[in-house]
Amino acid sequence: MTTTQLPSPGRRLADPAPAAPPSKPRRRPRHLREQISGWGMIAPAAVLLLAFVFLPAILGFGLAFTNARLVSPRPVEFVGTDNFARLFADPVFWRSLLNVSYFAVVVVPVQSGLALAMALLINKKFRGVNFFRTIYFLPVVTSMVVVSLLWLFMYRKDGLINELLSAASFGLINGPDWLNDPATAMPAIIALSIWQAAGFHMIIWLAGLQSISGELYEAAQLDGASRWHQFRYVTWPGLTHTRTLVLVTITIQALGLFDQVSVMTQGGPLDSTTTIIYEAVRSGFKQQETSYASAISLVFFVLVLLISAVQRYLTREKD
Amino acid sequence: MNKRFTRILATSVAAAALVGSLGACGKGSASAPSAGSNEITMWTHNAGNAEELKAVENIVDSYNKSAGAKAKIKVQAFPQDSYNDSVVSAAAAGKLPCIVDIDGPNVPNWAWAKYLTPLKLDADVSKNLPSTVAKWEGETYAVGTYDVALAMLARASDLKAAGVRVATVEKPWTKDEFQDALTKLKALGKWEYPLDMGTAGTGEWLPYAYSPFLQSFGGDLINRDGFQSADGVLNGDKAIEWAQWFRGLADQGFMAKKSGKDSTQDFLNNKSGLLYTGSWAADKARAAVGKDLVVMPSVDLGTGPKIGGASWQWGVTSGCNNSAAAMDYLSYSLKPENLAAVAKATGTIPATDEAAALLPEYAKGGTNRIFMELSRNHAVMRPETPAYPFIATEYGKAVQDILAGADPKTALDKSVKAIDANIKSNGGYKN
Repeated sequence: MTTTQLPSPGRRLADPAPAAPPSKPRRRPRHLREQISGWGMIAPAAVLLLAFVFLPAILGFGLAFTNARLVSPRPVEFVGTDNFARLFADPVFWRSLLNVSYFAVVVVPVQSGLALAMALLINKKFRGVNFFRTIYFLPVVTSMVVVSLLWLFMYRKDGLINELLSAASFGLINGPDWLNDPATAMPAIIALSIWQAAGFHMIIWLAGLQSISGELYEAAQLDGASRWHQFRYVTWPGLTHTRTLVLVTITIQALGLFDQVSVMTQGGPLDSTTTIIYEAVRSGFKQQETSYASAISLVFFVLVLLISAVQRYLTREKD
Repeated sequence: MNKRFTRILATSVAAAALVGSLGACGKGSASAPSAGSNEITMWTHNAGNAEELKAVENIVDSYNKSAGAKAKIKVQAFPQDSYNDSVVSAAAAGKLPCIVDIDGPNVPNWAWAKYLTPLKLDADVSKNLPSTVAKWEGETYAVGTYDVALAMLARASDLKAAGVRVATVEKPWTKDEFQDALTKLKALGKWEYPLDMGTAGTGEWLPYAYSPFLQSFGGDLINRDGFQSADGVLNGDKAIEWAQWFRGLADQGFMAKKSGKDSTQDFLNNKSGLLYTGSWAADKARAAVGKDLVVMPSVDLGTGPKIGGASWQWGVTSGCNNSAAAMDYLSYSLKPENLAAVAKATGTIPATDEAAALLPEYAKGGTNRIFMELSRNHAVMRPETPAYPFIATEYGKAVQDILAGADPKTALDKSVKAIDANIKSNGGYKN
């Protein structure tokens, strides 16, 4: 879903006026051949998506209304909405929803803001810019599991972060045991997540920035616009489509929080970092309750769909 | 015209995809198990453990070369983390190999799911360590070639300096003695936390390591009479006492709420004075600490010291088309020299006395003999019910929550409620 949107900002900015409509094809055969090759090109991806994404998803939604288990000799029975009743009565589910909201509400603005700032910084032409681009992008190409393991050590009571805090404050600040304190565990995961993923969105912002015509800046400078005014009236409106893309992708990514939690805290301490996906994986695999996990996934799907729809509506082109 | 064409194409693409995937399935299942040749497959979880895998392969090789071999065994090793998932998905696809290895407490679950068939072995397993024979509903479903045992490791010099007596199998520490020992060890001022219980552990470690304390207090994971409810057992007075005691160890500064990543290494680096761990750490510790190392039994918290029983074991699947050969191989693998070879390679406790006699360290008077005694005297099987994997996750979460400061009664009540609901929704896990 996100990948299909990817080219849209660049393309729309590149040729604002849609290409002149092709002259009505009089010769059907040629049109037909184009159609066939078009479908032929879609086919591999379409078949794979259908077989490995859509079919399993639909099957999963079906399972949510049964009592299917991962390991069981008992026949699968239809149980109606039992799983959902149990889910909505489960305080851990509401807690996970709250945690994910907390995560998203902080991560979406901070991560996109940071990524934009980084993109603005490296959009200049100076010596060694590629060095900084690489540095900023490095965490993105590192697997989240590896990053989480490293930060696990840094967040320890006697880890790097606390040592730095202590050294910087001349021993005044005695840092907490970040991941084992319900109050600091989620903020710690948020910081790590932003650090890891901001580089990716920096690249998207950068693509948006580079598609803004340099002439616009020249014109603005001739008119005596300050740097802030240039950003406010040239850059910002030029990034409309990029903005939507970044917003939607970060939101979906934030709602799907899982890797960090699974590696670092397993949802603890006291459910302070558990998430919807983590609960689904725990129920489905560790606890063998396939149907309950499917119910969680279905609720998650609906949730993401609703949030994306609302975002889509709010960021629609108003004309 | 155009629209209709699009529709036709879309439908045919979908149909092709469906036919394609069905075809792939059909082909896959056809080529899978019944090769007809006299070869059976054996799956093991120890792809990441070179020594253990080598030892198993050696036994398989010698079996394949032996005159009485009823079939050729083929070993396929998996990494431990993905092993269970592989078995479950293979079972769903009907492609289980003939022989699988299983973590002991999971045996009833897989037996209930009809993955496993009861064993009919020529080898006599009545004298094997009880914890290496997995039974469910009166039938034996798996046998282990070894077991492991939990113990307390310390340096004799530290205990002497603190004025604490060395606990023995005959006379383990009582709850009060343990409290006293920790107080004195802490007073030495050598360590921030004198005790390391491996509280950073996750998954199966949590029930394996800590439910024996609960059982020593007189509680349990589930009422073993019928295995239908945990009420009054996992959240009864004894269980609350256990939770408060366990939490108290952290509150009094005796142990960390979350220990280091590698408890054994921390002990060797003198970051802790008393290490609660399994027999697998003993050889490494002895190599580093030498004669100063003492191995002591777990604490008697009321009903005697308890430790978890059962490690990885072998079973035969119900779909095996040559189960006679599979059983024959298992009997072969239980010969004393084979048991001894695996135990030696893995640093584990051999399943029989005959095998132990072949290993100096496990023979009478050997340095590791104590683990065998601990296993024989103190091992409690994790509840032999198909509900165990579920119980384990709930108990593990309760342990973590209690350590993090949750009210013991609330946390345990929550677990009991979830466990009872799970048992009920599975029709009591009746066969």
